[in-house]
Amino acid sequence: MSIHAANFHELRLERLGRQFGTHNALDDVSLTIRKGEFIALLGPSGCGKSTTLNCIAGLLVSTSGGIWLDDKRIDRLRPEERGFGMVFQNYALFPHMSVRKNIAFGLQMRRVPSAEIARRVEEAVALVRLNGQEDKLPGQLSGGQQQRVAIARAIVIEPPLVLMDEPLSNLDAKLRLEMRAEMRRIHNSLGATTIYVTHDQEEALSLADRIVVLRDGTIRQVGTPHELFAEPDHLDVADFMGFRNRVEGTLVSTEGGIAEIAVGEARLHGRLREQIRPGARAVVAIRPDDLIAVPAGADTLAASVISSEFRGRDHVGFAQGPGGRDLVFAAPRALAVGETVHLQAEPDRAVVFAGADA
Amino acid sequence: MTSLDTSLPRARNATAPVAPEAVPLRQRLKAQGYDGITLLALPAAGFLVLLFVYPFLYGLFLSFKPKAGGLLANYARFFSDPFLYETIGKTLWLAVPVTLLNAVLAVPVALRVRDIRYQRVLTTILVVPITLGTVLVAQGLLNYLGPQGWFNRVLMTAGIISSPVKLIHNYWGVFLSLLITGFPFAFLLTLSYVSGIDRNLERSAATLGAGGWERFRRILLPLILPGLAITFCLSFVQAFAVFPSAVLLGSPAGPTRVISIAAYQAAFEEYDYAMASAIAMVMGAVQLLVVGLVLGARGFLYRGSTAGGKG
Repeated sequence: MSIHAANFHELRLERLGRQFGTHNALDDVSLTIRKGEFIALLGPSGCGKSTTLNCIAGLLVSTSGGIWLDDKRIDRLRPEERGFGMVFQNYALFPHMSVRKNIAFGLQMRRVPSAEIARRVEEAVALVRLNGQEDKLPGQLSGGQQQRVAIARAIVIEPPLVLMDEPLSNLDAKLRLEMRAEMRRIHNSLGATTIYVTHDQEEALSLADRIVVLRDGTIRQVGTPHELFAEPDHLDVADFMGFRNRVEGTLVSTEGGIAEIAVGEARLHGRLREQIRPGARAVVAIRPDDLIAVPAGADTLAASVISSEFRGRDHVGFAQGPGGRDLVFAAPRALAVGETVHLQAEPDRAVVFAGADA
Repeated sequence: MTSLDTSLPRARNATAPVAPEAVPLRQRLKAQGYDGITLLALPAAGFLVLLFVYPFLYGLFLSFKPKAGGLLANYARFFSDPFLYETIGKTLWLAVPVTLLNAVLAVPVALRVRDIRYQRVLTTILVVPITLGTVLVAQGLLNYLGPQGWFNRVLMTAGIISSPVKLIHNYWGVFLSLLITGFPFAFLLTLSYVSGIDRNLERSAATLGAGGWERFRRILLPLILPGLAITFCLSFVQAFAVFPSAVLLGSPAGPTRVISIAAYQAAFEEYDYAMASAIAMVMGAVQLLVVGLVLGARGFLYRGSTAGGKG
């Protein structure tokens, strides 16, 4: 394999900001990305993740802060001077050029000798497994194949950074899983540094070395998939990490980092993630898989079943708990509508945040 | 029992493989894309027949019935009289450069307009000459470009020229008038082609290292060239039929004696409708030839989607 990533140590975003009129699309974002990392920018739409990516690519001009590649400031360079490979959400393949010409484009712009272009294009085609498709036009390819061309085109120029803007969102579910593995394989085999924008937490968790969760233009949390999955710093990060249940109550006590929360008669336990005092309002966030049906007891949360869905290995139940709150939980069997279940959270896996004062 | 006997074969027929005739006519037509709504195309077709096909055929036949001489006498006269056949060259000499210039100017303007926020305002301003009509533009230019007009006076006051530049009653008067009235049309068409191109194509070309010129030459131009060919054809046909400005701003007896003037004179000065029809037919043939050449060349270009992929 002679396609390599260009050499550098780190990319730094220093207090990067981008304003649209009076709206802060990006506010004080600081982040250091080391060579070889796979970074996912995760967040709901409008959180600033695509803005960040476009600022790094040079397609948007940042309005404050700076971007540094080692000790070179790059945020005022034009995109063609930065030399980062980018994969667009709709692929943006040149429709009038064959696959081969699409991939060769960046090399031609760099005035690479034609014999070397031919060799590198061939390698890139092999890397994304598109052999035999070189002379087709993009319009003759399937979505997954177009995606591969877009990746090949971005990596063949051996960029220090590969930027990907929701590259899988236009593919169907099966292909998405396939391409996900493919992306990681390509990243590893090139030793590339990748920044990957997505709103799909599963994608981020499975691909990234580190995840950056953004919300309202600011960074909410940066961490490895394990850290974010187990220990979200904020309720909205927890939301994104699949903690679908939020139960409000009052903090009773804390012991060894495990908090006890009173919800009416029931008691829920979880790891405390924010500093709160006993007697204050608290929110327990629980994943559906960690909210389980147990035999009735004084401290369980009683809820009335609304419906249950079969999901292969087990069932997922939907129920209305005390105070009319919706609960989603793991059910060992199909449940009857209206049936009363008693739920308890896994104390090690539930997390507790400060609640809004009533 | 007899009733049962007779009904059996019929029942057998009904369950036999359904013959294609069994599908009602209405459904078969529908499958071909014809239904009740297709009838709405009839008035348009009728219009076309009344306003184009009939006059065209009428003129064609008329051109073969000269006042004197055989079937082709009108055409023979046209191609033997330099005063007549030279109008083809003169008209082409006006129409082709003007159309090319219009198309070439329309591209950078359309590319710029695509990016501005008040696109509508600018588009409206640029389109005004269309609504004014050629006669008003010609009148305006007579004053503006004349020896006592602003244009010459400004240049003379500024000391750039010492005597007025002659810009009316010659080739340039007509040229400028055609440019002004033809540009908005070329611009509007080009703007629609340019706007249809996925912006991400240029963005991705930029990230791959292509500067502004390379992005234009290698991405935008190949994608809008088929559209430009159409723009050229439509603008050319308009310019080739130039009449009012050739009379008002040009020298209708000299370099701007265009083909429509020849047809006009045959019809309304010599009252020879057959000859005028023949000239009109020649005019149509020349236009068809140029358009045919351009469209033929267009066939070699990429004409597919201008989107960059799915989504």
